[in-house]
Amino acid sequence: MVGITGYGAYVPRLRLSRQAVYDANKWFAPGLRGQAKGERAMANWDEDSVTMGVEAARDCLNGTDPKSLRNLFFASTTLPFKDRQNAGVIGTALTVEQGLMASDVAGSQKAGTSALIAGLTAAQSGAPTLVVAAEKRMARVASANELQFGDGAAAMLCGTDKVIAKLLAHHSVSMDFVDHFRGDESDFDYTWEERWIRDEGYVKIVPPAVKAALAAAKLKGADINHFVMPALMAAIPKQMAKMCGVAETAVRDNLGANLGDTGAAHSLMVLAHTLESAKPGERIMVLAFGQGLDVVILEVTEEIAKLSKRRGVSGWLARGKVETNYMKFLAFNDMLPIDKGMRAEFDKKTALSVLWRKRDMIYGLVGGKCRVCGTVQFPKSQVCVNPNCHAMDSQDDYSMQGLEAAVMSFTADSLTYSPDPPAYYGMITFPEGGRFMADFTDSDKEQVKVGAKMRMTFRIRDNDQMRGGFKRYFWKAAPA
Amino acid sequence: MAKGIKDKVAILGMGCSKFGERWESGAEELMLEAFKECLSDSGIDKKQLQAAWFSTAIDEVHVGKSGIPLSTTLRLPNIPVTHVENMCASGTEAFRGACYAVASGAVDFALALGVEKLKDTGYGGLPGGRGGPLQALWSANGTAPGNFAQLATAYQTAHGVADADLKRAIGHVSWKSHQNGAKNPKAHLQKAVDMDTILNAPMIASPLGLFDCCGVSDGAAAAIVTTPEIAKSLGKHDIVSVKALQLSVSNGSESGHNSWDGSYFHTTRIASKKAYEEAGIKDPRKEVSMFEVHDCFSVTELVTMEDLHISETGKGWKDVLDGFYDADGKIPCQIDGGLKCFGHPIGASGLRMLYEMYLQFQGRAGARQLKDPRIGMTHNLGGAPRENVSSISIVGRYE
Repeated sequence: MVGITGYGAYVPRLRLSRQAVYDANKWFAPGLRGQAKGERAMANWDEDSVTMGVEAARDCLNGTDPKSLRNLFFASTTLPFKDRQNAGVIGTALTVEQGLMASDVAGSQKAGTSALIAGLTAAQSGAPTLVVAAEKRMARVASANELQFGDGAAAMLCGTDKVIAKLLAHHSVSMDFVDHFRGDESDFDYTWEERWIRDEGYVKIVPPAVKAALAAAKLKGADINHFVMPALMAAIPKQMAKMCGVAETAVRDNLGANLGDTGAAHSLMVLAHTLESAKPGERIMVLAFGQGLDVVILEVTEEIAKLSKRRGVSGWLARGKVETNYMKFLAFNDMLPIDKGMRAEFDKKTALSVLWRKRDMIYGLVGGKCRVCGTVQFPKSQVCVNPNCHAMDSQDDYSMQGLEAAVMSFTADSLTYSPDPPAYYGMITFPEGGRFMADFTDSDKEQVKVGAKMRMTFRIRDNDQMRGGFKRYFWKAAPA
Repeated sequence: MAKGIKDKVAILGMGCSKFGERWESGAEELMLEAFKECLSDSGIDKKQLQAAWFSTAIDEVHVGKSGIPLSTTLRLPNIPVTHVENMCASGTEAFRGACYAVASGAVDFALALGVEKLKDTGYGGLPGGRGGPLQALWSANGTAPGNFAQLATAYQTAHGVADADLKRAIGHVSWKSHQNGAKNPKAHLQKAVDMDTILNAPMIASPLGLFDCCGVSDGAAAAIVTTPEIAKSLGKHDIVSVKALQLSVSNGSESGHNSWDGSYFHTTRIASKKAYEEAGIKDPRKEVSMFEVHDCFSVTELVTMEDLHISETGKGWKDVLDGFYDADGKIPCQIDGGLKCFGHPIGASGLRMLYEMYLQFQGRAGARQLKDPRIGMTHNLGGAPRENVSSISIVGRYE
């Protein structure tokens, strides 16, 4: 029996107030007034699909040894690299390389569900398979998309052991229905008229595909307890459920109030949210519309009660901070030619040979533990750092990314260039041993204190725009 | 058993350029300005120099690498020139090289010259973006003020010093240096500043405000050293000799091992202890007449006075507020204005500190002359509290 064996999610801490966006843009687009409610998740300047994907994957694995993974699918339409496997970056950050088939899935809003189907198929043999989907879409200033979109990531672990939601059936149709597109010369979507998308798209494509999926699962619409269907048009999910014979009460909330639509990740995001409270025996139908339709039908098992606790969508949603500074949102998204000053000009060229040699350290936050004195240290070094030891070649790898750290000293630096000044950084210490001077992120004055507990998070350190946008990733400390 | 450097080397001559924003001068002009004064003060001819040590720390923004820039600028007689770099302690490093050459008997006359031309970068503060390709991938996006600001946080945590007390103490450190700098015609900043201005200045890296940070300056300083015997034979009086030269370099324990609490300089404690021993000083609080310490930031000076074993650990801030280190205090510190006001052209700073000592011992310090100083200590620090080089020299009257 193949199915989902774990789920996870990630929502960035910042929540952009839609009212603030509207207030800034109403002179130009007064028609957006009706959408000026609630917040949308907004990635910090140091987050992209890969970093958010890593966080969702960590939330999902939650104790599962990443080295057991055999397949890793990463779905997004906002992959930071066109040619450099994005899924491979996630794998390296999770410290899994050997025996891993990694693949990026892209090009459509149904990339997330397509990756899930691929993942479930690959896992049929019993091979643990991680499906990650993340999105950080750009939208034009004063557009509806700017208010509708949200940034975030979700992850599903697929396998045959301890399945919490077994696969009943899946069905797909693929057709070149272009409701919107984003060409490779643009950062933004170009969208056709909504009424046409509804009448010729959803109405004609969804019901027959759902019918076929229900037939394959030997179910009727009424058997579906949770109907997961992202759509930018708010009325669509209920209309589709009705057309498919699914109860209106089964239609899941698309988390528009304070998350927004996370694009290719959104079906899995809402699925993760559904699994947080789903009961054994309940059936979940997951849809994703985008040049066709993917339909996945799952049935929750008794195993769900035994699943270890994780933050999940609700946990991440709960740690939000409302951002009312629309200018900051624009600056973070490179939509504002802000005067960064000369300190932003320092060359950020990455020696790829160094990155390769030190990938465990840089991407995995792997330190060392001395076999002679037991001291944990970062980075791992050939001579033990303990002044009373200094043993040579005595260290084993020691993963630090899951350890909680504490702030020993810190500052808020207004001199250094940071896209979000002042730059917080400080010496963090791990109770197991080891310390280093780390950049902080998702931090503000109220939270950063001596002794504050910090959680390590995978982030963008620099973006080398001189060389077409090579993102340098490393770990930062965020308030736990 | 090594006997140390005490009284084996004498300073024959010194020179120091005006420090500041020397828009009209390049490194070459600054080097010559210091060298001309130094050579004339020494009374020897350039041809008599047998070796030179040349210090710059951020050479990529001015002279470039190697000993060639010094040799070419001064047209030295094809003698050995060694370019040294030990971050902000580079100046003392050049002096150490020259002294060791003389002490070994290898040469009779050696030159140490340090220079830094920083004001051609187009922005304030020190140039950033240094470090190798691995560091660039993981070290924090920090600056010098940000690193030293953490010394303040950790010091407060270790000793339970309230925010207001610390802010007042470090404010006093800078206030005192401004008082002194106002009397120094070669200083970058020659203006006395009141406490309110200091305490209410904009924040650079919390808790350090603008006046907690030293000036970024252009400048050069130089010394010619020989043996005391040769100095005497040349008819010199008031000979100043070297009593101790010590350098301690971090080995990663502060930055990587949880035994260090961030509130002090591990290296300075070691180097100063060894220096007192080398100079034969038993009670430094009584025996040392003056200090020139590395006050790159006000808090650095405060903590350093404890690590030099002058103030009790955790009580330095009280000595500061009591005026112990003021010009009219028990042991004046930064009588020339220090890095704070004299300025901080990196490669020259260690030599600049010695220059003030040299003038003071010879009674040539003008309006800021102290009464009968006997022993002086310079402390020249490079790096950050968690990883640094701490260079100490003790000089005094040769008797």
